[in-house]
Amino acid sequence: MAFISVTSPHSHRANSTAGVMQQLLLATLPGVLALFWFFGWGILVQITLSVITAVLCEAGILYLRKKPIAFYLKDYSAVVTAVLLALAIPPIAPWWIVVIGTSFAMVFAKHLYGGLGSNPFNPAMVGYAFLLISFPLQMTTWLPSEGNFGASTGVENTLQLIFSSSPADDASNYDAFSGATPLDELKTQLDLDQSTDILQQQDVFKGFIAGAGWDWVNVAFLIGGCFLIWRKIISWHIPVGFLAGLGILAAAFSLYQPAQYASPLFHWFGGGCMLGAFFIATDPVSAATSDKGRFIYGFLIGLLIYIIRTFGGYPDAVAFAVLLLNLAAPTIDYYTQPRSYGHDKPNRGTAKKDS
Amino acid sequence: MSRNTWKFHGGIHPPQNKQQSVSASIRQLPLPDKLILPLQQHIGAPGKVLVSVGDRVLKGQLLAQAKGFVSANLHAPSSGTVIDISDQPVQHPSGLPGKCIVIETDGKEQWCEINPIDDYRQMDATQLLATINNAGIVGMGGAGFPSHVKIGTQQTISTLILNAVECEPYITSDDLLMRERAAEIIEGLQILAFILNPKEILVGIEDNKPEAIAAMRRAAQESTEANPGAPCAVTIVSVPTIYPSGGEKQIIQILTGKEVPSGGLPSDLGIVCHNTGTVHAIRNAVIEGKPLISRITTMTGNLVTDPGNIEVLLGTPVSHLLQHTRTSANQIHRLIMGGPMMGFSMRSTEIPIVKTSNCIIAADDQEFPDAPPEQPCIRCGACAEVCPAKLLPQQLFFYSKSKEIDKAKHYNLMDCIECGACSFVCPSQIPLVQYFRFGKGEVRKSKIETDKSDRARMRFEAHQERLEKEAAAKEEKRQQRAAANALKKEKQAKAKLEKEAAEAANPSTAASTAQESSNEPSNNDADEALETLKSNATKASKRYQQAKKALQMAEKNGADNIDKLREKILQLETKASDAKKALKEALPSPAKKIPAKSDATPNNTPKETDTSAVIAAATARVKVKKAQNALMAAEASDASQEVLEHLSTNLNTARTELEQHAPSEPTTGEAQ
Repeated sequence: MAFISVTSPHSHRANSTAGVMQQLLLATLPGVLALFWFFGWGILVQITLSVITAVLCEAGILYLRKKPIAFYLKDYSAVVTAVLLALAIPPIAPWWIVVIGTSFAMVFAKHLYGGLGSNPFNPAMVGYAFLLISFPLQMTTWLPSEGNFGASTGVENTLQLIFSSSPADDASNYDAFSGATPLDELKTQLDLDQSTDILQQQDVFKGFIAGAGWDWVNVAFLIGGCFLIWRKIISWHIPVGFLAGLGILAAAFSLYQPAQYASPLFHWFGGGCMLGAFFIATDPVSAATSDKGRFIYGFLIGLLIYIIRTFGGYPDAVAFAVLLLNLAAPTIDYYTQPRSYGHDKPNRGTAKKDS
Repeated sequence: MSRNTWKFHGGIHPPQNKQQSVSASIRQLPLPDKLILPLQQHIGAPGKVLVSVGDRVLKGQLLAQAKGFVSANLHAPSSGTVIDISDQPVQHPSGLPGKCIVIETDGKEQWCEINPIDDYRQMDATQLLATINNAGIVGMGGAGFPSHVKIGTQQTISTLILNAVECEPYITSDDLLMRERAAEIIEGLQILAFILNPKEILVGIEDNKPEAIAAMRRAAQESTEANPGAPCAVTIVSVPTIYPSGGEKQIIQILTGKEVPSGGLPSDLGIVCHNTGTVHAIRNAVIEGKPLISRITTMTGNLVTDPGNIEVLLGTPVSHLLQHTRTSANQIHRLIMGGPMMGFSMRSTEIPIVKTSNCIIAADDQEFPDAPPEQPCIRCGACAEVCPAKLLPQQLFFYSKSKEIDKAKHYNLMDCIECGACSFVCPSQIPLVQYFRFGKGEVRKSKIETDKSDRARMRFEAHQERLEKEAAAKEEKRQQRAAANALKKEKQAKAKLEKEAAEAANPSTAASTAQESSNEPSNNDADEALETLKSNATKASKRYQQAKKALQMAEKNGADNIDKLREKILQLETKASDAKKALKEALPSPAKKIPAKSDATPNNTPKETDTSAVIAAATARVKVKKAQNALMAAEASDASQEVLEHLSTNLNTARTELEQHAPSEPTTGEAQ
C-alpha cells in the first residue's frame, strides 16, 4: 500500500489570506459609519461602485492571465483595495472617477505587476494619486459635514450628483453644495497670511480638534486600527512610526511658530491620517518587512506627510508619501535585517558573493 | 527548585494531541517474524556489514560495524537467521530504498555474551566511551547523531542538558519513559556526568508533563540522597510549553540564555545536550551491557484504536505495529514517522522502526487534510513573528523560489532549523519549509560547484605557470648553447690560423706535422684550449650551482614544475655521465695499448718505432679532441661540476699522453 508523500509540517493553523482580508474589511466599518454620518450616502455609493469595478477588473484580468478566477476572487484582496480607494475619494465625486481610479488600480498597479503579492506600490494609493493628478477639481470637492446620515442631502440628490451626465453642466450646482476640506482650507488661509487663529473662527474647522466631522472620522479609523493590532492583522510598528514621524515634525514647527503651523493634534486627526496610518501604510505587500524596518518606514511616511501638507502643493499627502516610501521599502529592508539566532550582529546591505 | 529560564524568539502553540497516548503504560508487542534493519539509521556513514545471508545471529550480536568517526554500530534485536541483505523501503523522506539486513526471528530471544558493568565509577572515561560507542547509540530525538561523538568532545563541558522537552504534538514516548523509568534516566545522566565532569546537570521538561516532572524530581532527589558524594546534582527545570522549545538550540537558549554560534556546536559553549531516550539507552549499555536494539515509540492518530507507547525492537515493520494496535490500515490517509511538525510521511507500511522513530501517526483525512493550494505571499510577516531562529522567512521564500542563492545566504537561510513554525502560521498555505529545504540544497550544490571550479582554476593557473617556466628554461638553454657554439667556432678559427702559421714556419714537415701535431704551437693551442675549458668549467659549475639553488627555491615554494625541473637535471646528469663513460672507454685503452707498443719499440726498427710513435701521438691527439668535445658538450648541457671536473681531468691526462708521444724521436726513448 502506498501513501501520498507530503512534506512537513502536517498540521496548519486554520487561518487564511481571505480571513486576513475580511478582518481588515470589518475594521473599516467604524470609519465607513463615521463618513456616512457626516458626509451622507455618497460614501456607500462609492464603495458599491468601487467594489463592483474591482471585482469585474480582477475577474477579467484573471481570465486573460488564465488563472482560476473563483480561487483568486475568494481571497478578498480586490475588495479591500476597492474599499480603501473608495474611502479616500470624495463622497460626491462623479461615478466615473471611482470607476477609472479602481480599474487603474486593479489593472495597472496590481495585475500588470503580477497580481496579489507582487505589486511594489499600494494599488489603492496608485489609483488615488492617478485620480488626484488627473481630476484635481473632482477629487478635492467635499460636501460640508452634516452629522445626520445624509438626511439633509438625501439619497436622490446624492445619486443625482454622482451620476449626472456631465460634471461641467453641474458646475454651479456643485458649488452650491460643496466646499473644501479643513486641511485644504487651512492651507489656503495660511497661504493668504492668515494665522492659525482661524481654526477657532471658521465653520469648517468647528470640530473638537481638526475640523467639523473629520476628527470623528479619524477617531473611527483609529478604533478600527486598534482592532487590527489586537487581532494581529497588523503590527504596531508602522502606525506608531507613522504617527510619531508626523507628530514630531508638527510639534517642532508649531512650538516654533504656533501662528504659522497647526498643532500635531490637528495633523493627526485631520485629513486621511488615521486611515493612512492603520489601513494604507500597513499594506504588507508594499511595505518594509522586518519590525525595525516597518517602524522606520512608517516614521518616514509621517515625516513626508507633514512636509508635503505644509510645504507642498497638495492639501493632503498620504498617497504620495506612501508611494514614495513604497519605492524605498526594499532599501529599508536591506538595512534592517534582524539579528538571527547564533549571530553576533545582523547582516546589512545587499548580498555579496561568497558572503 | 525553580530556576530562571529565558525565552527564544517566536514559537507557536499547535494543538497538543498528546492525551490520546498517555493513558496506557509502556507495553510490548509479540515478536515480529521478520526484522528489517537499515544500515543507515544515523547521521554519518552507514556501517560495514559483518554477517552474510544464512548466518545465524544472536540477540545483541554486532551486525554492522561503524565505518568512520561519525557512524554507529548496528546489532541484532533478536536471535534468528539473516535471510536477506538488500535494498528495502526505509525511513528516508525521499522514499528511496536503502540497504537493510533482514533477520527471520526464531523466537528464542537468545542473547549473545554481554558485559554489564557493576560499578562504572571504577572505569575510566575512555572505557565508558568505548562501551557507549560499541552499543551503537545515536541521538534518539530524531536527528540520529552518534552519541559517542557528542560525549567524546575535547572541549571542557560545564553544563550537561537533558532535553526532555518533547515539544512536538502527539509524541509522548519521552513523557512515558520519564514517568516509568525516571531512576534509570537519572542513572544515565550520572554516567554522562562521570565522563564529562560538568558543573551542572539541567533537565528541561515542558510544563505540560507534570507527571514526568514529578517523577524526575523524585528520582533526582533519591539519587542525591543515595550518592551524597555525587559530583553534581540534577536540576529539573519546568519550561513553558511552546513549540519548538525542544530544538537543541532552543532548549539551550531557554535553560542558559546562550545562543549556539551559527555554524558552531553546543560544545563551543561548554554544553552537551542529550535526548531522554538516548540517555536511557546509554544507561542500558553501561549498566546492563545491552546494545541499542529497542526503543519506545508512540503509536497514535485517529485511526489507532489502542494508542499508546510501545517498547519496540528496532527493525519491526510499521505494519506489525499497526496490526497490534488495531489500526484500520485501509483508511490511512497519511502515515507519519515523527511528529506532525517535523515528521515525514511514509509511503509504505513495510518501513521498519529505526533508532530515531519516536512516533508513528496513522491519520485519516480529517486529522491531516490535504493542504489547500498555495496562495501568493502577501508578506504579512506572520512567519517572521514565529521563527525561533529569528529569520525573515518571507524573504527567504522569495530567494529560495527564485534560486537567488547569495541573497538567501545573506538572509541566513542555513540557520533555518526546519521546525515548520512558519509554514504552520502562513495564511497563504505556503509550504515554506519545503522551499527552504530546496534552497539549502541549492546552497550546498552551489558550494560544491564553487569548490570544483576553484580547483579547476587553480589547476589551470599552475599549468600555465609551468608552461611559462618551461619555455623560459628552454630559452635560457638555447642562449647558453649559442654562446658555447660561438666560443667553439672562435677557437677552431684560432687553431686553424695557428696551424697555418706553423705550416708556414716549417714547410718541409708541413704535411706530417699537420697530422702528428707534435710541435710547440699545437701544444700551445692545447694549453690555451685547456685554459678556456677551465674557465668554462668554472662558469658551468657556477651555473649549475645557480640551477641547484633555483631548484631548492622551487622546492621550498612548492612550485608545480619541480618534478619537471628535477627530471631535466637528472637528464642532464645522465647525459654528462654518458659522455664521461664514453670518455673513460676511450681513455684507458690507449693508455694500455701505448705502453705495450712502447715496450715493443726497442725491438722494432727505427722506422717502425717512428710509425708507432706517430700513431700513438695521433691517437692521443684524437683523445684530447674527444675529451675537449665531451667537456664542451657537458658544459653546454649544464652538467654538474663533478662531471666537468672529471672531464677536464680526462682532458689533462689525454694531453699528458699527447705530450709523451708527440716529441717524436727524442721522446720515444724516454717513453721506454
